[in-house]
Amino acid sequence: MQEGTVLEMRNIYKYFPGVKALQDVDFTLCEGEIHALMGENGAGKSTLIKVLTGVYSKDSGEVFLKGREKAVNIKSPQDAQKLGISTVYQEITLCPNLTVAENLYIGRTKGIFINWKIVVRDAFNLLQSLGIPADPNQQLSSCSIAVQQMVAIARAVDMECKVLILDEPTSSLDDHEVAKLFALMRELKAKGVSIVFVTHFLEQVYEVCDKITVLRDGKLVGEYSVKELPRVQLVSKMLGKDLDDLSDIKSDSLKYEADENIPPVFEAEKLVSASGIKPFDFSIRKGEVNGFTGLLGSGRSECVRAIFGADKILGGKVKINGREVKISKPIDAMKNGIGYLPEDRKADGIIGDLSVRENIILALQVKKGFFKPFTKAQANAFADEYIKLLGIKTASADTPIKSLSGGNQQKVILARWLLTNPEYLILDEPTRGIDVGTKIDIQKLVLKLASEGMSITFISSEIDEMLRTCSRLIVMRDRKTVGELDGEDLTQNMIMNTIAGGGNNV
Amino acid sequence: MKTQNHTLNKGTDFIKTLFKKQIFIPIVALLLLSIFNLIVDPSFFKVTYGLNSNGDPVLSGYLMTILDYGSELAILAIGMTLVTAASGGQDISVGAAIAISGSVVLRVLCGTDSRPETLQAPIIVAFLVSCVVAMLFGAFNGTLVAYFKIQPMVATLILFTAGRSIAAWINNNELPIVSDPVFSYFGGFIPGLPIPTPFFIAVVCMIIIALVLKFTNLGLYSQAVGINSKSSQLNGLNPAFMKFISFVILGLCVAVAGFIKVSRLSSINYSVIAKDIEMDAILAVALGGNSLSGGKFSMSASILGAYVIQFLTTTLYKMEVQSEALSAYKAVVVIILVVISAPVVREKLSKLFKKLRPQQAVGGED
Repeated sequence: MQEGTVLEMRNIYKYFPGVKALQDVDFTLCEGEIHALMGENGAGKSTLIKVLTGVYSKDSGEVFLKGREKAVNIKSPQDAQKLGISTVYQEITLCPNLTVAENLYIGRTKGIFINWKIVVRDAFNLLQSLGIPADPNQQLSSCSIAVQQMVAIARAVDMECKVLILDEPTSSLDDHEVAKLFALMRELKAKGVSIVFVTHFLEQVYEVCDKITVLRDGKLVGEYSVKELPRVQLVSKMLGKDLDDLSDIKSDSLKYEADENIPPVFEAEKLVSASGIKPFDFSIRKGEVNGFTGLLGSGRSECVRAIFGADKILGGKVKINGREVKISKPIDAMKNGIGYLPEDRKADGIIGDLSVRENIILALQVKKGFFKPFTKAQANAFADEYIKLLGIKTASADTPIKSLSGGNQQKVILARWLLTNPEYLILDEPTRGIDVGTKIDIQKLVLKLASEGMSITFISSEIDEMLRTCSRLIVMRDRKTVGELDGEDLTQNMIMNTIAGGGNNV
Repeated sequence: MKTQNHTLNKGTDFIKTLFKKQIFIPIVALLLLSIFNLIVDPSFFKVTYGLNSNGDPVLSGYLMTILDYGSELAILAIGMTLVTAASGGQDISVGAAIAISGSVVLRVLCGTDSRPETLQAPIIVAFLVSCVVAMLFGAFNGTLVAYFKIQPMVATLILFTAGRSIAAWINNNELPIVSDPVFSYFGGFIPGLPIPTPFFIAVVCMIIIALVLKFTNLGLYSQAVGINSKSSQLNGLNPAFMKFISFVILGLCVAVAGFIKVSRLSSINYSVIAKDIEMDAILAVALGGNSLSGGKFSMSASILGAYVIQFLTTTLYKMEVQSEALSAYKAVVVIILVVISAPVVREKLSKLFKKLRPQQAVGGED
């Protein structure tokens, strides 16, 4: 091991049934650096992290740590913890109903009796030293997600951690919170902690990282210094191809000519649901792509949930192709030709233990009815068709969906709704937590479907993604619609202004 | 990425898939129990053909006892599997519910007189009435679980506690006796047929559930609801109704099992009838490799699991274990069986299997 190296993984191999998850991967982490681990979904980032933290056992290869002559054998997350390797995951793994101080020290206090005064004091000092804006006596669930994440990091760091792994910590944070998190990361870096940072956000990598290791299809592409690797290069390394695709889609001009004589495919008037949104009007025409935009919590997801009947509907009128209908449950919406890909894939989208095939046919099957199950041959034909069409990477149609990577799970859910052949498809954050390649695939697919006559509502946190796909944007703030932008007005600046409340449409 | 590997030879492929299949667990348990009996006393497997006390030809022997008495359990396991899959919990009131539905059968057959000379109503009517009553009690449990969101075990605790009293109350705490010999056929033998009737009834139930699972979406829906109820709701399902209906179906199974039970005695003992059967039914589901927290299930594995439990009980009886000590012995055996069937142990077993065939250690792709 070289001087200054904290961690070295050499020739790591890991196999899963039907998949070579890691092949001959090396990873080196130096003291006091922030090292980004990048790659598409299924590239092997998570697997590498899980091997390092002892969640998975490696099939071959060696792991060296500073201060140890021999290769270490990490068999469990506890082992990793003892060796000074801590992980903070995307989902908060603390106890929301305990206080911040309790969360920091639970399971780490010695003896039977605990002096809570000391614990609270220690917690206070720890939070102070890291500049985390939280009160030790505050209940964790009352803190923002960002602060909860920071508490998780503080807990990890306090356990004599030399290597801190942050697995997509920023996916549920807004820009302001991300900035706070980065400040904490720099603070830790200055204290000599080495950080492995797994993320999908390119900007963040360039903002905070020193080095980048890129993986692709379970193989090491290379290790680069951030300064020497332009963004475009990084993307092409992750994708393994040139970037024509990206610019292609950007240059597509989006013009939508509405035929005023035909009633909208979907029209809502003063629609309001129990989720706390203000009544809103909305309509979409045949072949149109529009979107809801706004900050996290502005109510954009609640709007589409109301359209689909996913929350309790309190009032309003809904028309499909000019005909008034009642949509109070998802099945009503489905029968009226609406499909809805939910924001939270894990909680609302996939049925984890069921196979890819069952997940694909589910919505169409429910629409068809309880007494009319598809035959095995039909189900297989549907599954095979869409696995091929969307390029879903799975060992077979029988594989449980939960063992697929995030991007492929999303494609399965997309397949589920495409199979129902909807007139109107709602996609809520279809590209969240998904690699760049799949993102482009999905954007292209949206435009293709629209050109074939499908109406699509597309929601994304990434504004440029919406600019690429939508011809009209509904802007939301504080749970109500505050503006509508189309044509010339569809620019990043204009959207920002409207969200912030400085636009002309307010 | 490649899909499946077709270069594996068929034999190992078969064993590999068998390892993954749920039904592997009860099969192994059955084999172990059989081997044990074969070693201890091979006469366990002897089936004799003779005449019973009524002068009818019957098959007898331990195996027939298992087929006979395992039937109620198998029927209950069908409903319990669905309840487990959809609600992620178990119904512990089935024993008490059997007492109720059995009591209803006797009440209808005997009328107000507890020892009538002739039947007061046709047997089929009594059976249908008991079905309705048992399904109503199932609906009661189902409502608590699905609409009031009470934990299944807590919700069914109510009927578990009150059921046997209700059963006694239905017949004014008298013990009616049915003297009509036809009634005893359902829990015994139909003259001329040497195989116990309960087994036929169980087979009919199995055929019905197999047809239902094939020609409806009951399986897909209840699994989807059990795995992720939020997501299934967004796919147009009604999770609460699926949970509710699973309890009603279990109610129907309870009625059938209760009918067999009272037919065996032509009478009823409120405190003893179907005692502890809920535990055996839940064990059958567990032994079938189904997760007790809901989701994916294998009906055939549960049914086989039920017969394995009965196999075990009969084995213990044959070893002359006293009936009071029976549960203790059973518990030990069950612990062993459950540990063997635990996913952790199965994984180890299949790893061991892989090691024995080193060329496969790399698994998966070519």
